[in-house]
Amino acid sequence: MDLIADRGRRVTVEELNTSKLLAHADKQARDRKFEDVLIVDTDAHHYENENFAEILPFMENEVFKQLALSSRAKAGRGNVAPTGFGYQDMGGRVTRYPLRATEKTQTGRQRDAQLGDRWMNAMGVDYSCLFPTGMLNIGLHPQAEMEFELCWAYARWVTEVALPDCNGRMYTMLCLPFSDPEGSLRMVETFGDRKGVGGFMITSVREKMAVSDNAYMKVYRAIEERGLAIAFHSGPNWGSNTFQSCNRFISAHALGFSWFNILHCTNWVVNGMGERFPKLPVLWIESGLAWIPFLMQRLDHEFMLRPSECPLLKKKPSDYMRDMFYSSQPMEIQDMEALETTFRMINAETQLVYASDYPHWDFDLPSTIWDLPFLSDKARHNILGGTAHRLFKLPPRNEGQKANLVKYGNYVGA
Amino acid sequence: MAEQFVGKASEFKDGERQIIRIGEAEIGVFRHAGEFYAYSNFCLHQGGPACEGLTIARVEERLRPDKTSMGLFFSEKDMNFVCPWHGYEYDMKTGAHISDPRLKLRKYDVVQKGDEVYVVA
Repeated sequence: MDLIADRGRRVTVEELNTSKLLAHADKQARDRKFEDVLIVDTDAHHYENENFAEILPFMENEVFKQLALSSRAKAGRGNVAPTGFGYQDMGGRVTRYPLRATEKTQTGRQRDAQLGDRWMNAMGVDYSCLFPTGMLNIGLHPQAEMEFELCWAYARWVTEVALPDCNGRMYTMLCLPFSDPEGSLRMVETFGDRKGVGGFMITSVREKMAVSDNAYMKVYRAIEERGLAIAFHSGPNWGSNTFQSCNRFISAHALGFSWFNILHCTNWVVNGMGERFPKLPVLWIESGLAWIPFLMQRLDHEFMLRPSECPLLKKKPSDYMRDMFYSSQPMEIQDMEALETTFRMINAETQLVYASDYPHWDFDLPSTIWDLPFLSDKARHNILGGTAHRLFKLPPRNEGQKANLVKYGNYVGA
Repeated sequence: MAEQFVGKASEFKDGERQIIRIGEAEIGVFRHAGEFYAYSNFCLHQGGPACEGLTIARVEERLRPDKTSMGLFFSEKDMNFVCPWHGYEYDMKTGAHISDPRLKLRKYDVVQKGDEVYVVA
């Protein structure tokens, strides 16, 4: 297949084969003997829009279902879900984007399950938390009803069709229709006990979202009562007023992924959610790590000056932040001393969980954690999978993994 | 240092590349503007197949004398090759990362004997 390079020049490349593309990752995994390390990827993706023909029929409301199915009947009649501006594929430089459709899979099994096997096997990953891609923008949909319908349909499809085809190696944190608190509660009550559901996810890309609003307390309570986790998955929104002055995608991307989680984490902390729901595990996903020390220092500083605005807090904001969990990707490995300080400040040994974000353009391999020079063996094992094993009750896949979970104090049973 | 046969120059079209393996080493051999270049196929970032992606002219931003921008252009002379995993972009002639030239892929010598092309590794 040809890719378009500069001035229309064509560059011939082979069709995509994920296993072949990731052959070097496979070598890294074998060199590091990852087989005996339980590795949980807490943030991996598929392109759910490629499955809309299967997903949309799960919509409940007949009118919205008809609207959605009709809009897809012929190309060019509008989008069902919000889409974002940007150039994730870097003009085709990240070849798996333009080549994606060329990859061959076998009939009889979900294509996403087969692709998932390929990247997990290559990286040495045992389990992946499967998230959608386009629906990370669902919070930008102007209709709360449609947001609910799409989240509901996706939840049914992923739990009834996709995950059962993944041989138990994928789980999910279901996307909540956060514009609809009652609908969000219904989602938790309906899907919270389903196999493969490790918790619920709120898409952070929302221009107006008060996570402390009283309307959401019953949602958090329902998640906490079920022993599940809640995650905030970030993303960019170049169309946001905040980023209108960014003339390059790199700016909107670099800032956006951190910004939306900074915003919601701030509101979560200062409103004392950690005091209200002390047993609710909270994950902040795909914002990198560099923002966390910044926010800890910023909030602690202001908290000492304005404690009357945060009367529920019984300790510093950074202490509540250290009670929460953070996914590692995209990890800013630029200044090793700064990264080491970040790990210390967030108690990475118990609070950081590995994430790849594959197949997105800035994915991280497990070696990004394993090879860090300042980590103890216990920290390596905890971050790559031990902590996620405790959070999501994912069983070890062999005796070597079980022995390491026991050795580092993470084993909570199969 | 061993010489590894790559192919015949007459069959190696300009703009093409080949990946050869010598033991544990993987080497990408490019032909660009009539010249051969050979680099390690392991990206300095996360170890991706650095030589197996797109080749694309360097993007430049040109400024007027008053420092206002004329916008973005593809270079007329500088060609890059891009690791397909994450987009690490290397200069075709030096193997240096275009954002940080201190980062350089290992470069291999390429010798031509008649119509035959060899990499020295």
